[in-house]
Amino acid sequence: MKRMSIEQLLGIDKFMVDDEEAHIVLNKEICAACAGKPCTFACPACLYTLKEDGELSFDYAGCLECGTCRIICPKEGAISWQYPRGGFGINFRYG
Amino acid sequence: MEEEKFAAIIVGAGPAGSTAAYMLAKAGLEVLLVEKGAAPGGKNMFGGRMYSHALNQVIPNFWEEAPLERAVARELITFLDGGRSLTLNCQDLSWTEPPYHSFTLLRAEFDAWLAGKAEEAGAMLACGIRVDDLLIKDGKVAGIIAGEDEMAADVVIAADGVNSLIAQKAGLRKKAPAPHQVGTGAKQVIKLSPEAVSRRFGLSGNNGAAQLFVGDCTKGMQGGGFLYTNKDSISLGLIVSAAELQKNKHRISDLLEEFKASPHIAPLIEGGEVVEYSAHLVPEAGLGMMPQLYSDGILVTGDAAGFVLNLGYVVRGMDFAIASGAAAARAVLSARAANDFSRQKLGLYQQFLKDSFVLRDLEAYRGAPHFLEIQRMFKAYPQFATGLVSKIFTVDGGEPEHLLGKALGQIKKSGIGWGQLAGDGWKGARLL
Repeated sequence: MKRMSIEQLLGIDKFMVDDEEAHIVLNKEICAACAGKPCTFACPACLYTLKEDGELSFDYAGCLECGTCRIICPKEGAISWQYPRGGFGINFRYG
Repeated sequence: MEEEKFAAIIVGAGPAGSTAAYMLAKAGLEVLLVEKGAAPGGKNMFGGRMYSHALNQVIPNFWEEAPLERAVARELITFLDGGRSLTLNCQDLSWTEPPYHSFTLLRAEFDAWLAGKAEEAGAMLACGIRVDDLLIKDGKVAGIIAGEDEMAADVVIAADGVNSLIAQKAGLRKKAPAPHQVGTGAKQVIKLSPEAVSRRFGLSGNNGAAQLFVGDCTKGMQGGGFLYTNKDSISLGLIVSAAELQKNKHRISDLLEEFKASPHIAPLIEGGEVVEYSAHLVPEAGLGMMPQLYSDGILVTGDAAGFVLNLGYVVRGMDFAIASGAAAARAVLSARAANDFSRQKLGLYQQFLKDSFVLRDLEAYRGAPHFLEIQRMFKAYPQFATGLVSKIFTVDGGEPEHLLGKALGQIKKSGIGWGQLAGDGWKGARLL
């Protein structure tokens, strides 16, 4: 089987993206001061990426809602985490 | 408005919540089962297998109507090291006769069925509603808040999963679990024909297989691989301790792709099509991460309470979720009979959990999580085991060496100390 990129994998999944409200919000100042940024590796959907200027960027649209980032974030207050509003977000068809 | 008050509000229509709702509704209570997903199961994912005993207590002969994939006939445990693997392969066909030992299943379909059973029994199921907070009256939990709406109840059952924000809001869990207390699981569902699944795993008819992997697939990090055969698909994934993901720069999505491409997996999924990629946290610390289980007007069940047991060779979650949902329902019924939903009265829940297997088993295996944190389990031992057995089977014209000599040589080569080996063996035999 051909190796699949994370974009391809997420492309298979069914999401109902909430355009009005992000369920995960970062505090950019706290994130800027974080040396390790483990979220950029630990997120199973690879949604935490570094921009060219080194700033952390996060795209909530492909979130699988596992909660790994919430658990491994070493900086208190950096990630404000909740589930998407009712009916929005990932919709597993198999699970 | 007293008439709008529910006897119980249950947050989360997974196995714990739907079981509690089913039992309470069957007893004639007005029950509201709230689910944030557009449909029950839409947010839920697991490895792939449920042990049957707990659900059979609640819904006898459930297999006659539940959407299940395959009854597991074959258990495999595989050690991996590069191009070598060593597998323990056990088939027991009595597992595929009533009362069926365990089933593989897919959660979207199964959870929707179980929530449907609760609805059929009279529970009100409300999907697409995220519970934002708890309604507190006189210091007691008195209902839920979702957006602008407040809904009152005598008691709230938190069945909102491993990230239980409800348990935290109720003050039953002080903060989110620590990274070493949970594992991150990532899984792909890969479609194949039913014949291909049966043939590749040596299964007759619709019998199923469950396989766990340890070694290379997690690069020596605490965790492992899993594979469950469904009717016409395979659930394949990895679980890695979140503490390991925090400090190592491995992406679990990459590791899973490498695992798929490895010579041990590639032939099994050849020609298949990935139809879903999912991820979820797994509670892994047992009693070490258990929140306070009850307070005035509230109970915590299932993954929200950390009720998962991982022994390395057996992984159980759904049977604990179902039995804890049932125990919560029984506690609520007793509380209702006495019209007393205080913390003292709801403490019966903990008693029921002790009387059932839930707390008994977690207690009996309380040392397992700590034992499975030993780094050797994930690299040195798989290397040792695969290396030794491969050597036993190798004929190359070299000097003859008896089994004892081969074993001693491999131990020396592995770098595992004698003290460690004896200690781990002793501990493993006692704790697992």
